[in-house]
Amino acid sequence: MDLSNYLLMRQEMSLLLVFLILIIYDLFSNDKAKNWFHFSACSLWFIHTVCGFLFPITGQSFAGMFVNGDIEIMTKNILNIGVLIIFLQSYSWLKKEDTAFKRGEFFMLVLITLFGMYLMISARNFILFFIGLETASLPVATLVAFDKYKHNSAEAGAKFILTAVFSSVIMLFGLSLLYGNCGTLYFEDIATTISSPSNLLILALTFVLTGLFFKLSLVPFHLWTADVYEGAPTNVTSYLSTISKGAAVFALMVFLYRVFGNLFEQWNIILWWIIAITITVGNIFAIRQNNFKRFLAFSSISQAGYIVLAVFIGTAQGMGASIYYILVYVVSNLAAFGVANAIENATGKINISDYNGLYKTNPNLSIVLMLAMFSLGGIPPTAGFFSKFFVFTAVAEQHEYVLLFIALLNTVISLYYYLLVVKALFINANEAPIEKFKTDWYAKISFIICLIGIFSIGFASYIYEYINSISFGI
Amino acid sequence: MNVPIEAYLIVSTIMFFVGVYGFLARRNLLTILMSLELMLNAVNINFTVFNRYLFPGQLDGFFFTLFIIGIAAAETALAIAIIINIYRNIQNIFVDKVNNLKH
Repeated sequence: MDLSNYLLMRQEMSLLLVFLILIIYDLFSNDKAKNWFHFSACSLWFIHTVCGFLFPITGQSFAGMFVNGDIEIMTKNILNIGVLIIFLQSYSWLKKEDTAFKRGEFFMLVLITLFGMYLMISARNFILFFIGLETASLPVATLVAFDKYKHNSAEAGAKFILTAVFSSVIMLFGLSLLYGNCGTLYFEDIATTISSPSNLLILALTFVLTGLFFKLSLVPFHLWTADVYEGAPTNVTSYLSTISKGAAVFALMVFLYRVFGNLFEQWNIILWWIIAITITVGNIFAIRQNNFKRFLAFSSISQAGYIVLAVFIGTAQGMGASIYYILVYVVSNLAAFGVANAIENATGKINISDYNGLYKTNPNLSIVLMLAMFSLGGIPPTAGFFSKFFVFTAVAEQHEYVLLFIALLNTVISLYYYLLVVKALFINANEAPIEKFKTDWYAKISFIICLIGIFSIGFASYIYEYINSISFGI
Repeated sequence: MNVPIEAYLIVSTIMFFVGVYGFLARRNLLTILMSLELMLNAVNINFTVFNRYLFPGQLDGFFFTLFIIGIAAAETALAIAIIINIYRNIQNIFVDKVNNLKH
């Protein structure tokens, strides 16, 4: 047993340290000291996030089970930033009477699921990967059912846990077939064993991919998404739609490139159809939603299609574009969710038609929401334009013009419904718009982080070049 | 008497797809949970049988089975807790009654 193995797991160790400090703080502090709980949690997490960028160590440990390369560290850092924003935004929700007494639990559960995602990202062995996947998905069900006295929340929790377990079992069945075929659970060894496609291998590939598609809510497997997103508390929804999705996309990339690299022909055609359907159906259903959370659910389905679009061509450039897309998607989607959350906590309103005339009463919030919508839709000065641009460039270089055309067409459709929200904010008349309310400082800081991200990520070309230089292809 | 590997695999495949059918067709949340357990156990049989018959020198499949059993227990506990919460709210755990979120 060599303790230097643990040196590579610095981010995991640091996360567990934050977790332990917070759990002790939450258990052994009196009511007066608890007032500082949110502040200390956010500052500890901020320190953890900054430390993630410093002194990266790369390599592998535990006989190749755990790998921490530059790209893994970068992905974990992106997730850290997202979680920091979510922690900041959750202040007004956790302050309420029926959630204040379980404020600590929210942080514990989020941190432990994030730990599972770290394992998912770094795992190079299916046992470790499976433990990470379950650690990342089971506690989320309790988060979804967090509002104990609201029926919708419990219902969403039940739907989430049943589909999550169903998808993991399907994936496990595929893994068992893969194990029967290859006799090993290490990614590298499996990849060397797979040289030519056999029927059993293709069956295993289909099962494994189906499990991951459920997690990513790509289209034939998306039916749980809208219900769960609507029923869950808004902060949890934002966590589900950005952080969980980011980790799952990375896991998908590692699977496709590192394990099933030799079956490129087979999974390429599967993904082609899935992407085409996902982008289209997500967009078409998003148009007719009035509930803002359901709207964002369908928009996130179609955004997931764009992320996977960069994955499916199988080049290093595609992977770079996809991780860059995740980064941009995290900041823009969290800005949108942050505004929805602030409005919901102040007034209890969540429908798009309630937002009519918001600009007259709450101009700052409307501008943040407008920029988030522009970024999600891909309008030039914002980062969303650049992320879509890089994805399309990567796809065009592999001459996949038909799919590129479908994606471009869908960008136009998506602009329509993103701009419908902006129209509601600025143009639609409303006799009784939402009254002016004050946003707390935590949320303001989170909006500032999001806006800096939306404006600077696109222009700081260093970020894209760095991500592109560390990503890998088949 | 030696049982061939195919016999085990046929049983596990049938179990798995019976589970899938139950998951999609049953109306009671607890029965759905039972279907999930059936599927998990089919996977366990698969792993154990592959390990025992094809790769007798190693332990990977057995260990995977152990982890699956542990995690399945955690998952069942969590799901039952949530189902109890639903029952407290609406005194019913049938799927067609748990449809507040459908529009």
